[in-house]
Amino acid sequence: MKAKVYVTLKPGVLDPQGKAIHHSVELMGYKSLADIRQGKYFEIAIDPSATESEARQSVEKIASDVLANPVIEDYRVEIEQ
Amino acid sequence: MKFGVVVFPGSNCDHDAYHVVSKHVGQPVDFIWHKETDLSGYDAVLIPGGFSYGDYLRAGALARFSPVMKAVKEFAAEGKFVFGICNGFQILCESGLLPGALIRNADLHFVCRHVNVRVENNNTPFTYELENGDVLSLPVAHAEGNFTCDDATYNQLQENNQIVFRYCELNGETTAAANPNGARDNISGICNIDRNVLGMMPHPERACEDLLGSHDGLGIFRSLNHAIEMVAV
Repeated sequence: MKAKVYVTLKPGVLDPQGKAIHHSVELMGYKSLADIRQGKYFEIAIDPSATESEARQSVEKIASDVLANPVIEDYRVEIEQ
Repeated sequence: MKFGVVVFPGSNCDHDAYHVVSKHVGQPVDFIWHKETDLSGYDAVLIPGGFSYGDYLRAGALARFSPVMKAVKEFAAEGKFVFGICNGFQILCESGLLPGALIRNADLHFVCRHVNVRVENNNTPFTYELENGDVLSLPVAHAEGNFTCDDATYNQLQENNQIVFRYCELNGETTAAANPNGARDNISGICNIDRNVLGMMPHPERACEDLLGSHDGLGIFRSLNHAIEMVAV
């Protein structure tokens, strides 16, 4: 079982790296992009003996306590068998 | 009276802080390894600048889980003085001892130069010997010093007079040009509601002797020293 955690900046929090990437992508010739926001992605391998709900509970806690800073970031957890 | 300087793996301004306390404040000071869990015997704890845990994940995010930080939280809850500088400020925000967060500088550059900061609140143990409106020349050296918070937090900071320093011009005017990192409302240092925890991005410990270009940081350490003396009395 694998957990995937996506950490993204909250809407409205300045993302200068995303802006710089957006600018570079525009220089490549892609003009139709409205915005690029940079985030973080984590893959967490879960012990097979854990149930999906146990895994989700733990990973949600890890995401909110460590992987994301709730002042500036949101997160989303996906569990994959 | 005793000061402690916390040392995390990756701290690199710990010796500067130690030097200022021992040489310029003239008080006993210890290095405190981050595995320490007992801060009894200390009156003030400094969380120095640097790159604790290599700034992995987010600046200050992993230092928060070092054993010493539980002790620092208890220390602060007892009303004792905690002073975070640069990475120390980031750690205090990540730990929840100070509100808000420090994100990537708006222009993406690592900024390393002297800036001017204006004293906004001298009614704290850290600024007691300064005057409101004083302009200090202090160095900054950071890539993630862009203070940000939501509107509710910002309003609280204003209402409770928790904004202690703002980036400004030499004449004290807080302009966008004087803001080295895009921080909200030019904020360069804040304290908690109880006034015993201060975090700031500029480095007063690197500005305590003329040899280093400025001694404007001394007033902060002297204020803290006197505050400790007054508590002891």
